[in-house]
Amino acid sequence: MSHHLVIAQNLCYVYPDGTRALDGIHFRITHGESVAVIGGNGAGKSTLLMHLNGCLVSVSGSVRVGDFPITTKTLPHVRETVGMVFQDPDDQLFMPTVEDDVAFGPINLGLPPEEVSARVDEALRTVGALHLKRRPPYRLSGGEKRAIAIATVLAMSPSILVMDEPTSNLDPLARRQLIALLKRFDHTLIIATHDLDMALDVCKRTLILKNGKLVADGPTEELLRNRSLLEDCRLEMPLRLQGCPVCGSGKED
Amino acid sequence: MTMPNPHAALFDLNRIESFADRDSPIHRIDPRAKLIVTMLFIVSVVSYGKYEVSALLPFVLYPVVTTALSGVPAGPILTRLVWAAPFAFFMGIFNPVFDRTTVTHIGTLAISGGWVSFVSILIRFSLTVSAALLLIATTGFMTVCDALGRMGLPRAFVTQLMVLFRYLFVLAEEAGRMTRARNLRTFQKRGQGIRVFSFMIGHLLLRTIDRATRIHLAMCCRGFNGMFARVQDLRFRSVDAAFIAGWSALFLLFRSVDIPRWIGRFVETAGR
Repeated sequence: MSHHLVIAQNLCYVYPDGTRALDGIHFRITHGESVAVIGGNGAGKSTLLMHLNGCLVSVSGSVRVGDFPITTKTLPHVRETVGMVFQDPDDQLFMPTVEDDVAFGPINLGLPPEEVSARVDEALRTVGALHLKRRPPYRLSGGEKRAIAIATVLAMSPSILVMDEPTSNLDPLARRQLIALLKRFDHTLIIATHDLDMALDVCKRTLILKNGKLVADGPTEELLRNRSLLEDCRLEMPLRLQGCPVCGSGKED
Repeated sequence: MTMPNPHAALFDLNRIESFADRDSPIHRIDPRAKLIVTMLFIVSVVSYGKYEVSALLPFVLYPVVTTALSGVPAGPILTRLVWAAPFAFFMGIFNPVFDRTTVTHIGTLAISGGWVSFVSILIRFSLTVSAALLLIATTGFMTVCDALGRMGLPRAFVTQLMVLFRYLFVLAEEAGRMTRARNLRTFQKRGQGIRVFSFMIGHLLLRTIDRATRIHLAMCCRGFNGMFARVQDLRFRSVDAAFIAGWSALFLLFRSVDIPRWIGRFVETAGR
């Protein structure tokens, strides 16, 4: 289905202070793909994500979501298609109760009340947080907030889910639960992360950024075994692919 | 050295608000009805002349009944009252100095108008502040904002108030973390001065602007159009109307008849 496509063509972005954050990015992500965007600090991951639903507008080049290039006119449609989960859930949860927050998007889409409430329940059930419905978001734990932030986006039924560092600041169990949740999605998933083990678990394909340039695009398993490439990009092999620190078994060198 | 901790003060506010999650006959009353009764209560209490003391006393009934029915513990409410009390105290403390006309006698002791009005101020303060705190404790700040909006306060103000309350805690936490970080690296007052303070405030402002931008983006990503629509639909039932009618009738009665004086006179005539 063509409306699940995400295509970047020669994407360039320069911040007002002159920092060149993205430099000629090209990629094409098709329906149902799960893609990790990795790279060191300041490589341009978050900036790239911000382009995917028009939070930032490129200096040159273009992003197409489905059949539309992102322009001010197509923006409402694009934002309905591309759900964005921010890194800090506190930025995303601004309504008085969890229920209000999850309903925020569907209400703004102009859905009828019964549909809104059905979507709220469905989204909360998906992330396993239905019992938090009436709670104010500012009194939840970090893991709970993250789950709700994802639910707020799921309630809009986006075809493409974009996430910035979804596993940061989570305890190991909450992280594991999130990974299980992400694996169940049949959405197109685009995840910027430093958690390379999670990328290995969830994403079939990986894009590696360095200084605003796309330096590699390929199967996750293959790229994450390429030690020299990873080290060159301020990364390292996922812990799971490294040797055992005690007995040394599994080490390649 | 005690650390100035903005977070602790706000935590207390948070605590008062957390009672709003409970369930009781008072909690179930429509927020608009509670808001109207609270406003009527405050208007009635402040409408008396400055030497009035005895006529104010029956108004204690409202906070007492509300506390009893709602199951909100009185302790935290009273603590907040004491916290805020210095304001009222300093507002009234000069009355006895300036107003020395004798208005009444207790035995042989002449009581000046200043003392009477001072006591009157303290009573009014306790009544009005406890009524406002109880409104928050039984309704919740956000719901009160929502009720204000539904009663005609412009939506822009309501949105502002809601966002303000939501991010007050986040901001206070940030300020608290910064203060702690500074305190851990300051020794013997060095680094505690106004210069560092101004840097911190500036930094906090920049961070706040950054966060505000991100929040606005997050809102736009979900189709924000300037309005916060809430899911819960309020229903104004006959119970709510009765709640307003009952209390306003009582306030009107208190306002028109000085009940303690009336009881006093009744006891006096019965004694003769």
